[in-house]
Amino acid sequence: MSLSFLFYLTATIAVASAIFVVLNRNAVYSAILLVLCFFALAVLYLLLEAYFLAVLEVFIYAGAIMVLFLFAIMLLNLGHEDALPKFMYLQRALSVLMVALFFFGIILIMLHEPGVLHQPGDTFSAGGIHVLGEALFSKYLLPFEVASLLLLVALIGTVYLAKRKI
Amino acid sequence: MDFLSFFIICVKVLLVFAGTLLAVLIMVYAERRVSAFMQGRLGPNRVGPQGLLQPIADGIKFLMKEDIIPDGVNKPIYLLAPVIMLIPALMTFAVIPFGSTITLFDRDIILQVADVNIGILYILALTSIGVYGIVLAGWASNSKYTLIGGLRSSAQLISYELALGLSVVSIILMSGSLRLNDIVADQQGHLLSWYVFKQPLAFLIFLIATYAETNRLPFDLAEAEQELVGGYHTEYSSMKFAMFFMSEYANMITAAALTVTLFFGGWDVPLLDEKSLGIWGAMLSVASFILKMGFFLFLFIWIRWTFPRFRYDQLMKLGWKVLLPLSLINIFITGGYLTLAALK
Amino acid sequence: MATIIKSYEPTFWDKLYIPALVKGLMVTIKHFFRRKVTIQYPDEYHIPPEGYRGLHRLNKFPEGRIKCVACEMCSAACPADCIHIIPGPSPWDEGNERYPVRFDIDLLRCIFCGFCEMACPEEAIELTEIYDFSDYTREDLIIDKDGLLEVFELTKDQKYYSRKNDSQEPQK
Repeated sequence: MSLSFLFYLTATIAVASAIFVVLNRNAVYSAILLVLCFFALAVLYLLLEAYFLAVLEVFIYAGAIMVLFLFAIMLLNLGHEDALPKFMYLQRALSVLMVALFFFGIILIMLHEPGVLHQPGDTFSAGGIHVLGEALFSKYLLPFEVASLLLLVALIGTVYLAKRKI
Repeated sequence: MDFLSFFIICVKVLLVFAGTLLAVLIMVYAERRVSAFMQGRLGPNRVGPQGLLQPIADGIKFLMKEDIIPDGVNKPIYLLAPVIMLIPALMTFAVIPFGSTITLFDRDIILQVADVNIGILYILALTSIGVYGIVLAGWASNSKYTLIGGLRSSAQLISYELALGLSVVSIILMSGSLRLNDIVADQQGHLLSWYVFKQPLAFLIFLIATYAETNRLPFDLAEAEQELVGGYHTEYSSMKFAMFFMSEYANMITAAALTVTLFFGGWDVPLLDEKSLGIWGAMLSVASFILKMGFFLFLFIWIRWTFPRFRYDQLMKLGWKVLLPLSLINIFITGGYLTLAALK
Repeated sequence: MATIIKSYEPTFWDKLYIPALVKGLMVTIKHFFRRKVTIQYPDEYHIPPEGYRGLHRLNKFPEGRIKCVACEMCSAACPADCIHIIPGPSPWDEGNERYPVRFDIDLLRCIFCGFCEMACPEEAIELTEIYDFSDYTREDLIIDKDGLLEVFELTKDQKYYSRKNDSQEPQK
């Protein structure tokens, strides 16, 4: 009983903080709320007994990536709300479209294959890094490599942007 | 879970929490006393015998001081930052095994608060959370000194976290586990099974990165007094400043404990089977752990008064161009050796 | 002829830095065990070297007469203008006829240059080794004739601080 209570609590925190990330007009507050959201997600992972993933969530997303984000926000000094353009019709339309698609997809899955969402997920529930590593390097090898290629492209792009002449 | 095991966990949590705070107090005292000794002075010796009550006097002073919130600060974040810094600093010690097992009330009690199977990642994750305290304190104070200090120290922490993590990876490769208990168990037996002797390069990288992670000299650019007044906590006073102060010292204590656990066999007493000695063996193991940790805490102060501060570009150069490649090479060598050993 | 200064080429051993770092650590740990130079002031007193210029005193003859003849050479020589003398006839039958009725020194103005000592033809005013005189009001730091004579009694034997050190409880 207490575990399900914990689940509802953290889930509420996660959703609420995610909503406030979007609604808040102060970029720094948004970033902090996003970190809070990551923490709630990490607790959800813990409840699923996926300890490794939980720690990675905190370590990489909250600990490394968001710090850099915060860095950029502080250096750019986006504190002034008026500086942000009020109406970005194209972006708004696109985001609504994306969210709608996402929800549609989830609802579709839930209606057609309700079993998928209730699977115990043996890959992660063992919590061991051995299982995760094996899955990454066998079953999910292609997505893994594609993701690393994507990161490499991003890296090269950053270097190119930062240093025009090498 | 029955009542007894719940009680045992509570006692362990209290013990470790109180122990960490006590160690912080002792460290504050030792810092001033040892610093003085290295400069030919005596240091505080008036409050209590040999000045031992000095940290308590300091604490009372911190509590009684006026709590100033400067104009123009971002109040919610300004108030939040010390808390964000202190909580992870006090939480990290939970996974460090500080002794072997005790058998009490017919059950084996591990001298460790939480035996997590990802212990070392837990510590790395929490230390990376501490960065938020620094960044937010620097930004929310609305002062250029704190902002520069905050940016410097977070850039430094992020750069050295890589070298730190990668040097730990080679240890993980050797032990094949992320659980700190397994890592300690792997170093039992004779002296040469300690990882310092198996991984001297990883130890050096880890040690240097630790000093950068805890913002200690020679890497204390974040609070370089001569240029930045006090770094990210310049605008803080009273208990909020004390919270930063405490978390810095708590971080040092955790760092020392982690160094001992990873490289010096944790609570291991060389050439001795602690488990065969019963409760005395456990006591001995705790004593050995504290002794080793004390040495590394002393080393923090010792190094502080020996080496001058790095320049910022030197710091970044050392982190990215020396320590990072070295730790990568170390991982390759370790991995290659282990693969070859497995083939045989 | 130009001299070519050969710059020192660091060897591999130098580039490792570790031996140099260890050497540095050895230096600091040596100081850790050295004797400490701290003087714990209220418990023990620093003994100033001879010729130290501290608090003033007015000298007396062995039979008790004041040496000063109130010639006001000292107050004339004083660059800080801190010595104030009111002369009068001496109360003693033998010896000098003049004598200071009042002799005040404003210690807050005094710069402890020792010019008064040098100007004095009678060797009556002298600076002593006392350095720890402080008070709560400006008025208390104007020392008068009686005070100056009292200082003479305290410092006659030039052993003011070593006497104080001896009377202290031995340090723990």
